[in-house]
Amino acid sequence: MNLFCVGLSHHTANVETRERFAGGAGAQSTLREAGCAEALVLATCNRVEVYGASEKRVSTDEIAHCLLQNSEVSERGHSEALPFYRYEAEKCVQHLFRVASGLDSMVVGETEILGQTKKAYQSARTSGAVGPFLHRLFQRAFRAAKQVRTHTEITRGSVSVGSVAVDLAQKIFGELGNCSVLVLGAGETSERTARALVSRGVTDLRVSNRSNERAQELAQRVSGQTVRFDRWPQQCCEIDILITSTSSEAPLLTPTDLGPVLANRIDRPLFIIDIAVPRDVDPAVNEMEGVYLYDIDALRSVAEQSLAVRCQQIASAEAIIAEHVADFLEKISRELSPASRITGHPPVADSSLRATQL
Amino acid sequence: MDRDLLIISTICFLAAVVRSGVALRAGVFRPGRFNFLAIGLGFVFQTAFLSIRGHAVGRCPLTNLFEVFIFLAWSVALIYMLVGPAYRLSLMGAFTAPLVVLLQGFALIAPIDVRHPVKLPANPSLEFHASVSLVAYGVFALACIAGVMYLVQERQLKTHQLRSIFYHLPPLSDLFAAITRLLWWGFILYTIGIASGFFIGRPLPRVQVVAAVCVWLLYAAILQGRYFRRIAPKRVAALCIIGFSAALTLLWGITFSAQTHSVQ
Repeated sequence: MNLFCVGLSHHTANVETRERFAGGAGAQSTLREAGCAEALVLATCNRVEVYGASEKRVSTDEIAHCLLQNSEVSERGHSEALPFYRYEAEKCVQHLFRVASGLDSMVVGETEILGQTKKAYQSARTSGAVGPFLHRLFQRAFRAAKQVRTHTEITRGSVSVGSVAVDLAQKIFGELGNCSVLVLGAGETSERTARALVSRGVTDLRVSNRSNERAQELAQRVSGQTVRFDRWPQQCCEIDILITSTSSEAPLLTPTDLGPVLANRIDRPLFIIDIAVPRDVDPAVNEMEGVYLYDIDALRSVAEQSLAVRCQQIASAEAIIAEHVADFLEKISRELSPASRITGHPPVADSSLRATQL
Repeated sequence: MDRDLLIISTICFLAAVVRSGVALRAGVFRPGRFNFLAIGLGFVFQTAFLSIRGHAVGRCPLTNLFEVFIFLAWSVALIYMLVGPAYRLSLMGAFTAPLVVLLQGFALIAPIDVRHPVKLPANPSLEFHASVSLVAYGVFALACIAGVMYLVQERQLKTHQLRSIFYHLPPLSDLFAAITRLLWWGFILYTIGIASGFFIGRPLPRVQVVAAVCVWLLYAAILQGRYFRRIAPKRVAALCIIGFSAALTLLWGITFSAQTHSVQ
């Protein structure tokens, strides 16, 4: 039995090319008609991959044809060489394990890909496209991914500014359901951060902006309430999180302003996310007891620290994957009859594949 | 024989310390079962030691400074096992084990295991007073550990330098809630311990009473400040560390003084 993976990803193809091959619901049955005894299509925003097991070789051209036949995007007759890659046997197993573990993702260590892979597997299993080979392969991939997540720090921390802000808020307040948030300025980044906080349970959201109209628009979008711009300083006594992103040239909040407010909330911390440039909050505010101030650079720095840690963990993750690959290949060759053991196809050049030929 | 049990117990706690240290250094700390099991095993050997020693002295084994330190270490491990899982403070084990190793290591090395020349008669009131007070010290020790965790977490949030441990420490609000509850439990137990001291059938040495009341007043002041929201959480955490350090010093003084007056 030949095990292979044919696909394209963010490493090799731009989004326009990827969406042309994203494939429709019928891709798996078309692939089986083309000679794949088992086939599974993994289509995400960053990759389109076909995992197959077949008795005879199914060429990359045929796979591409199958994907294109089921594509929901019309063919526009591109003439550039298509950047498909092909992995067989051991390389295919290794590639899938790396993909499921998030090592091949655009953001190393992201965990969404594991859910997407599970979903693709479930869908293929329901349609009967998955047989014993792919079943064993994907089950082992999920185990490997779980072990990578548990035994390394590859998923540690957040790598985007919005997620970092939310993670920090949770590290200060625990559950965010009881937190009050004031969004000062109706910019795009503050809206994204506010939305991220709402997604983690924040219900008390207040919006204040120089233009009350824009404040009302944002408040409606995030299910919050509007606060008049001249009233926002008084809100500091009640709120737990302040997100500022105004275009003010001078700091809106200084230790002098905040001092009397803090005296009335000695046992409640205040988390300030200042994403404005120039900054809305005097950096000296961070020196005050119970105040945690993060400006855009600090948030980016935390995101970069997390990314650096993830990159440091790649070697450990690869070692875990290598163990799983070796163990999987050994077990499957013991369990299966010699005739149906995993082999790689003899190499055939597919590099001549061009979109215009499809 | 009993000291061997104590050495094995110390090795168990040391294993938890080493494992946590190596994992934290490698930046891949995961609060797993190993720490809890190592501490649990250490606790079993501690209990066996105290049981054998108790039978040997014919009463609660609190007859010298050595036994007091071991009883205190036992209380710390006991409270950790009761409190840690309940508050999901699994990382607390990484902080608890070093304290126990320090207490037991010091007790084993220092020449403080001075056996009484005669078997002391049992005095249930005195034993109740001493054991409840020491369990209260164990609770204060855990509050001190939670205070250290709070300050570590707070420092990292302030400086924006988030190390591996940051991602495994509980949120500040959870740590502060744990500190507050531990302070209340410790204070209640300590109050019972002090009050029972007046019913042991003989007058206590003046210096012991003054020292115990000083510790009681210190914790009462911390709790009063917390209750009326006059002390910021960071200061409460710092006061827990100062309070326990002071209490431990006074405990030494009390035990030393009691040894000279012979607890009987």
